[in-house]
Amino acid sequence: MNVNKLTAAIAVTAALGLSLAACGGSDPTSGKKSASDTITVGSAAFPENEIIAEIYAQGLAAKGVKVKKHLNIGAREVYIPALKKGEIDLLPEYSGNLLGYLSKDSTATAESDVEAALAEALPSTLKVLDASKAEDKDSLNVTPGFASKNSLKSIADLAKVKGLKLGANPEFKTRPYGIPGLEKTYGVKGVKFTAISDGGGPATLKALLKGKVDVADIYSTTPSILANKLVTLEDPKNLIAAQNVIPLINAKKDSAKVQGILNAISAQLTTADLLDLNSKNQGKDKTAPAVLAKQWLTDKGLI
Amino acid sequence: MSVVSQAVDWLSESSHWSGDDGVPHRLVEHLGYTAETVVIASAIAIPIGLLIGHTGRMRSLAVGVSGALRSLPTLGLLTFVVTLIGIGLTPAIVALVVLSIPPLLAGAYSGLESVDRQTIDAARAIGMTEWQILTKVEVPLALPLIVGGIRSATLQVVATATVAAYIGLGGLGRYIIDGQAVQDYPQMLAGSFLVVALALVLDGIFAGLQKLALGSRPSLTPSRA
Repeated sequence: MNVNKLTAAIAVTAALGLSLAACGGSDPTSGKKSASDTITVGSAAFPENEIIAEIYAQGLAAKGVKVKKHLNIGAREVYIPALKKGEIDLLPEYSGNLLGYLSKDSTATAESDVEAALAEALPSTLKVLDASKAEDKDSLNVTPGFASKNSLKSIADLAKVKGLKLGANPEFKTRPYGIPGLEKTYGVKGVKFTAISDGGGPATLKALLKGKVDVADIYSTTPSILANKLVTLEDPKNLIAAQNVIPLINAKKDSAKVQGILNAISAQLTTADLLDLNSKNQGKDKTAPAVLAKQWLTDKGLI
Repeated sequence: MSVVSQAVDWLSESSHWSGDDGVPHRLVEHLGYTAETVVIASAIAIPIGLLIGHTGRMRSLAVGVSGALRSLPTLGLLTFVVTLIGIGLTPAIVALVVLSIPPLLAGAYSGLESVDRQTIDAARAIGMTEWQILTKVEVPLALPLIVGGIRSATLQVVATATVAAYIGLGGLGRYIIDGQAVQDYPQMLAGSFLVVALALVLDGIFAGLQKLALGSRPSLTPSRA
């Protein structure tokens, strides 16, 4: 074995070791805690969350709060521990998913129930501030043609469609809001399920538009819903849990000043804003999250 | 309990071995995708590889193109094809065929290049046509390397056919993708074990075939008969 091969072998072994260690729950974000008067704003690793984090960060900075950014952190399993340890201090969360993470058996789905349950489920080290009206949640969508042909307005109307084909992420098959919930809450039975793992992205959209599926689970703030005039089915029985954007903050960094700024932001943020911000970010303009955040804050008179 | 032992438990659970989502059915699907891919890719790549190897022309073009194909990320390609034609078996097979063309092509042309020039000149001297030279001299002598190309293409496809599950198809990738969706790490690992085991079995079979190909090469020494 020559030196190059040996180096390569060591590198591969080390990489394997690292990735296995990562599976074991080690913390890739581990870093130093921020100074006591600085707020480190984090975000999950998708554009919308990054945009809201930028809004928080720039909103705080404009009012004289010292801010550091640590955006694009993988999954909840990673960033919640980081928040608890104070490696990041503030992050935009979604009420229902956060509740699901904190208390696996929670059955709350209506907006107020979710927020009440959330307040109880949070550990003492973490706090949520006022929730915004903006929601990014799973939503069941059909094409305008399919909706008018079967006169569909709400998920309940799906019960009368025979041989319904539904496309969604794989977890939709087993989660309470998915196939089991459709049957239990709305009496929609015999659904033919296709797992498409792109979170309501281009593959799911194409499947819906080409009729490979009749109903597609697409997140409610996805630009393609507007662009293709998809009909989002109403959910009168709250099958899908509320997912209001809500600031999650380390209790130690929670001051009257910070609360005031973030609550003012939440008071103005709407689902339509998120759709618009996402469209500008993912559309042909590809405007950067920091730029979008500044525009939004300026438009709303917050900076 | 470690994820590894949970994965072993997952594999020994009898309910995971029956029905549409059971291991035998997923295994058959996975082998089906693999076989279909390798057959289609071979039909494209091997004739081209033989042509290049026989004529010695367009070699640098083939090296360049297959190098470029090699660097295409399969998942990205799959998503791209899906946005063009929608979900279904075709985009998955297209993406996997692209992945498996480079090793097949390389096996075919390097196999032919490895044949001793003097042997070919001798064949030409005794009046063989180009077609006879190709089919009776070059291909038999190059067979171990051609089979080697099929072998490495098959292994790559077996490992990568897991992406088919990304767009709602079956195969062993279902365990990995469905497991990831609900943080069922034992199921993901069990799925990976199955892919590795399948790859090892197929590699063993191809190693045997390659030996057979080596043994069946025409002898260059005069036969004793």
